[in-house]
Amino acid sequence: MTDELFTISTLIGILHSCVRLATPYLFASLGETFGQRSGVLNLGVDGIMLMGAFFAFYVVFEGHNLWVGVLAAIVVGMLMGLLKAFVSVTMQALQGISGIGLYLFGLGLSSLLFKTLIGSVEGVSGFRQVGIPFVSDLPGIGHIFFNHNALVYLAYIMVPVSWFVINRTTLGLKIRAVGHNPEAADTLGVSVNGVRYATMMIGGALAGVAGASLSIGLQNVFQENMTNGLGFIAVALVYFGSWRTVGVLAGSLLFSLVNALQLWVQALGIPVPSEVAVMMPYVMTIVVLAFTARQIQKPAALARSYERGE
Amino acid sequence: MNSTPTFISTGQRSIEDLFAHGISKPTAGHRAVNFRLNAPYVQMYDIVKRFPGVLACDHVDFDVRRGEVHALLGENGAGKSTLMKVLYGLYQPEGGRILRDGAEVTIHSPTDAIHQGIGMIHQHFMLVDTLTVTENVALGLKSSRGLLLDLDRVEDGIRELSEAYGLQIDPRAPVWTLSVGERQRVEIMKALYRGAALLILDEPTAVLTPQEVEELFVTLSYMKENGYSLVFISHKLQEVLAVSDRITVMREGRRVGTVSTKEMTRNELVRMMVGRDIILEQTRDEVEVGDVRLRLQNVSARGVTGQQALRDVSLSVKSGEILGVAGISGNGQRELAEVVAGLRPHSGGSVEMDEVTINDWTTARRTESGLAYIPEERMHDGIVRDFAVSENLVLQEHTREPFSHGIFLAFEYIARYSRKLIQDFYIKTPDIRTMTRNLSGGNIQRLIVARELSRQPKVLVAAQPTRGIDIGAIEYIYSQILEQRDRGAAILLISEDLDELLALCDRIAVIFEGTIMDVLDRNETTAEELGLLMAGVDPANQEGAQAGVPAGAQA
Repeated sequence: MTDELFTISTLIGILHSCVRLATPYLFASLGETFGQRSGVLNLGVDGIMLMGAFFAFYVVFEGHNLWVGVLAAIVVGMLMGLLKAFVSVTMQALQGISGIGLYLFGLGLSSLLFKTLIGSVEGVSGFRQVGIPFVSDLPGIGHIFFNHNALVYLAYIMVPVSWFVINRTTLGLKIRAVGHNPEAADTLGVSVNGVRYATMMIGGALAGVAGASLSIGLQNVFQENMTNGLGFIAVALVYFGSWRTVGVLAGSLLFSLVNALQLWVQALGIPVPSEVAVMMPYVMTIVVLAFTARQIQKPAALARSYERGE
Repeated sequence: MNSTPTFISTGQRSIEDLFAHGISKPTAGHRAVNFRLNAPYVQMYDIVKRFPGVLACDHVDFDVRRGEVHALLGENGAGKSTLMKVLYGLYQPEGGRILRDGAEVTIHSPTDAIHQGIGMIHQHFMLVDTLTVTENVALGLKSSRGLLLDLDRVEDGIRELSEAYGLQIDPRAPVWTLSVGERQRVEIMKALYRGAALLILDEPTAVLTPQEVEELFVTLSYMKENGYSLVFISHKLQEVLAVSDRITVMREGRRVGTVSTKEMTRNELVRMMVGRDIILEQTRDEVEVGDVRLRLQNVSARGVTGQQALRDVSLSVKSGEILGVAGISGNGQRELAEVVAGLRPHSGGSVEMDEVTINDWTTARRTESGLAYIPEERMHDGIVRDFAVSENLVLQEHTREPFSHGIFLAFEYIARYSRKLIQDFYIKTPDIRTMTRNLSGGNIQRLIVARELSRQPKVLVAAQPTRGIDIGAIEYIYSQILEQRDRGAAILLISEDLDELLALCDRIAVIFEGTIMDVLDRNETTAEELGLLMAGVDPANQEGAQAGVPAGAQA
């Protein structure tokens, strides 16, 4: 039976899933990259994703346009980012703990809203696959790369966009400086807290879209805790990718590949206990983090709040 | 054996006498200090800045003219840096006015200061070392391309300024690859690029080699000729006398006076600074040198980040001898001290105390056997900040009689013992139960010295024992170190201060990139020779060693 895993069509199927399933990882971990490069560790990504997933779903469920749903996820994500920034930047709460608080808040609130506003598991018709003219007809490659829904394409477009913002804009320079030496940035008139608020809101917006990509792009349903800790893996991916966008891309693809394999193994009925298969991404997270201990690129001021003074 | 410091009196001239020759008195109100030469460029009047429990600036006046170097002299905690941080907008004063070209200005932030043409070179460089020189300069500036960076234009600007002021820097180099001297040039570049006309330099020479100091002074005089105003914050008298036109002396948050440098002598300045005469040159009695107490043979060790920090270091210190270790910070001094103290494993060679190899001894066993250690990072490694003074005083001995009985601490004995040490070592503290973090740097160092030296050690390792403490405490620590030497201890004194080493040591070893360059007799060497060795240049064999010299150390 394992032979089926190695046929060409299965392989194409797996790779197609891999490209597709990387979407939420990409959005969430790119967003987290902005935060961490500016020195703020946001462990609440998963909570923001759940909120984004819920609001996007709810807006679409109520009959609005899919893009309005995405917009709702962005707005909710930014508000959650604002909350995180207020707690960890202005109030200087410990970033790790306040992030977990934000996660629990997002988890609880999205579940509550789901129960009161929707009640039962419903489906919507989410973003549809759109083949890109000409290239999607290429054998194999066409299906793997150019036959996806709009949010998938957007996620990949966000990789160079994020790189560009971080490395080629004045905001990006400020983000890098604030994450590495906030004192130095402050003496040059850069508002450390202002930059960190900005990255928390950018990160929140992207995490919101990551949630939306699940509820109205990939799965087209909303369930309580539907992310299953995907947001935490996204945080780990930033470490895995050494705080670089291209590293984050590589990490996202690796994890989605494991995920895709896992799904196909189940779908093909290969006799591996489904629990073991489902565990794979999480086991991967631990293994990967244990072996990527080199932290040369790590922002020196990560998870340190900044206060002016002697 | 007389080893108490001698005070040479310069005659009891009061501060009032000093004002008699051309020195302006502190003005009480808002009267401008009248100097005929140039009009002041920036003036500060009646500045008041309070921190919890401290009046850091107590109605201070200060002014600086175009084309002058105005030194701000005073001990640590005198309020010099605070005053300048007010001018640079890092602190908001409770009172006072700031004028530029006679017009009042408000400075609420560094951005405001930069707009007013004021730049500041901080004591600890404010550079992002993962970024390049150009990125550091561009940080926080408006870009000519709006939201996009214009690094190529900034780079051109840097090259122009480099040529104009002889500031050699590679704009594309990441800052972490630069030497200390080069980093300072980046800081100056940052200010110049922002159009600063007034440059505040906070203790700029603290981290430089003597040669780099000279280069800096050349740059400063060049800038001065070009009409720049320079404020030079320092507590080093020779430097202030060498580089400044006027000097303002501060003490305990107050301005003692502003004087013209030409009319001052070193001793007069000391009196203004400290309020009494102080002589750091200690009398040294000749002491019979005994057996080798501490010996390091081919010791190698890795540093915090895993780099090779010590290479084949061999040193020996005899009873009754002070061996100095000179070097620029970060060349392995810290690792050397930690290896001897037993805090850092070494990968090769051996450490011996009294001819016994102690390689695998724990720190506790070394301490019990007569090793005392005054660590470089006194706040982190020397004390527990949130412990009471008495608790810190018995940190090492608290498990032994008579400090404890079994598992119980002998509080009464500890209290008596602490009071005695506080008295003997002149530690200024409200109470033995005071949190140690609330003491001043000088008093914390006295506490550590009290704890370490009261055990009558055989071997003393003192790392930067006087860095950042007031001159009174420095004087006291010098006398204590000499007393230990006279008593027969072997002392390893690690310092970046060449004057200190030349004053105290019998022999001086120079460390560069983890290697001992040479060990010299104090009577047969000079600060210049030591300075060259510190930069990795062997004066005896200049050509051969040039290759290993970092770019910043060269003229």
